[in-house]
Amino acid sequence: MVTSILPLKLEEATVRKGGSRILGPLDLTLDGEGCTILLGPNGAGKTTLLRLLHGLDRTSGGQARWATPREEAYLRQSFVFQSPVVMRRSVRDNIAYPLLVRGVGRKEARERAVEWIAHVGLAGADDKPAQILSGGEKQKLAIARALIIKPEVLFLDEPAANLDGTSTRDIEALILRAARAGTRIVMATHNFGQARRLADDILFIYRGRIHERGPAKEFFAGPETKEAETFIKGDLLL
Amino acid sequence: MNDLSAGVMAAFGLIFNLDHNLVEISLRSLAVTFSAIAIASLIGLPFGAWLAVTRFRYRRVTIAILNALMGLPPVVVGLVLYVLLSRSGPFGVLNLLFTPTAMIIAQTILILPIVASLAHQALRELWFQYHDLLISINTSKWQRMGALLLDGRRSLLTAVLTGFGRGIGEIGAIMIVGGNIDHLTRVLTTAIALEVSKGNFPLAIGLGIVLILLAILINIAIHILSRTEREGTW
Ligand SMILES: Nc1ncnc2c1ncn2[C@@H]1O[C@H](COP(=O)(O)OP(=O)(O)OP(=O)(O)O)[C@@H](O)[C@H]1O
Ligand SMILES: [Mg+2]
Repeated sequence: MVTSILPLKLEEATVRKGGSRILGPLDLTLDGEGCTILLGPNGAGKTTLLRLLHGLDRTSGGQARWATPREEAYLRQSFVFQSPVVMRRSVRDNIAYPLLVRGVGRKEARERAVEWIAHVGLAGADDKPAQILSGGEKQKLAIARALIIKPEVLFLDEPAANLDGTSTRDIEALILRAARAGTRIVMATHNFGQARRLADDILFIYRGRIHERGPAKEFFAGPETKEAETFIKGDLLL
Repeated sequence: MNDLSAGVMAAFGLIFNLDHNLVEISLRSLAVTFSAIAIASLIGLPFGAWLAVTRFRYRRVTIAILNALMGLPPVVVGLVLYVLLSRSGPFGVLNLLFTPTAMIIAQTILILPIVASLAHQALRELWFQYHDLLISINTSKWQRMGALLLDGRRSLLTAVLTGFGRGIGEIGAIMIVGGNIDHLTRVLTTAIALEVSKGNFPLAIGLGIVLILLAILINIAIHILSRTEREGTW
């Protein structure tokens, strides 16, 4: 058994951009198993927090530390972006790419990519150029590409934002399956139904801070802070 | 107008008779420029990719210089190279002056900044799209450059073809370092200049037409080979 890259610890971490502080300072320990869902209004800092955790954004103050050296930690985590990024190559080669980067042979990487194409419901699209996929199909590609390395931690930024009901269910099933297989999930979403279905615990982000954190059941039954309550009510009113 | 129509006739005559001299100098033109573009691509494309993915202190300055070098005056390049390669110059012992090798070196110097700069411009946009993803996947710098070069090959083709166009039509540098020696360093452009100086306009125009046709043909051939037009998405 390889040593885990978790826990990830943030200490007094802040992110500054364009001259102002958009996140933090916040302390957070990410450990154990399951699925943590980030909730919060637009512009609250969910994307920024995910990017910070994944190492795409650097701390401007404080620190973020994995249990293992950085290089090792970065090899064992994936990120699904809010707007999917696809490379100018076939669907199959897109999904195989992270394996190639990690030194897997081309043939094996392609074979495993083909399996994942089926898992995410893109069957038949193997040789299509990825740029011509629809928004939702690109999102599925991104999820397959993230999962193919069997990451220990998977970050997702509103992965179902472009998906129809059926596809959303498919994707959720994939995420749940990965979670059961031991992948630690950290995901931002605006979809409360999805949050309820997937979350073990909730991080409520508000104005760049972790405003509230707790088990999903308790959070939805009755959040502790007024802002979270208003936020949930707002959803019910819609 | 008479000279022009006579030139067209001359061009047809040359092409249909597969004139020995014409074939010889055309092939030499192609050989010189192909060699130059091959070397320039080998260096310039990776350099463009490297520039796109690397942030360093003098990056802006480097790019500005590179862009400026795109407009290097061929005559000056030829002159400097002439001095360097001449018997009394530092590389005189190599005996390269008035050889096709010297012409290839001259054209490589002229083409390299064009290929590198255009490659950088094309790949910079691609890097903007790929940036987050490739960092997220934990790629090394070499892997990033590789991904850009591979996925950006369509736009890189344009860079290479632009360089080719500049090379095949260039005369200032290769005239000086090549010397337009019959059967040794004479190419299409220098032959045209010679015919013009002799007052033989129809033949000069005929050669000019061959030169243009050749350039068009090469472009079309490369596009067909790489199937750029058919696959649509760039
Ligand atoms: N590069 C930047 N420069 C300045 N401000 C930025 C930059 N990037 C993000 N911000 C600001 O930081 C805040 C948090 O943005 P972030 O994308 O993390 O929000 P979010 O919670 O993901 O919102 P959404 O639900 O709309 O995706 C926003 O107010 C945004 O305008
Ligand atoms: Mg966001």
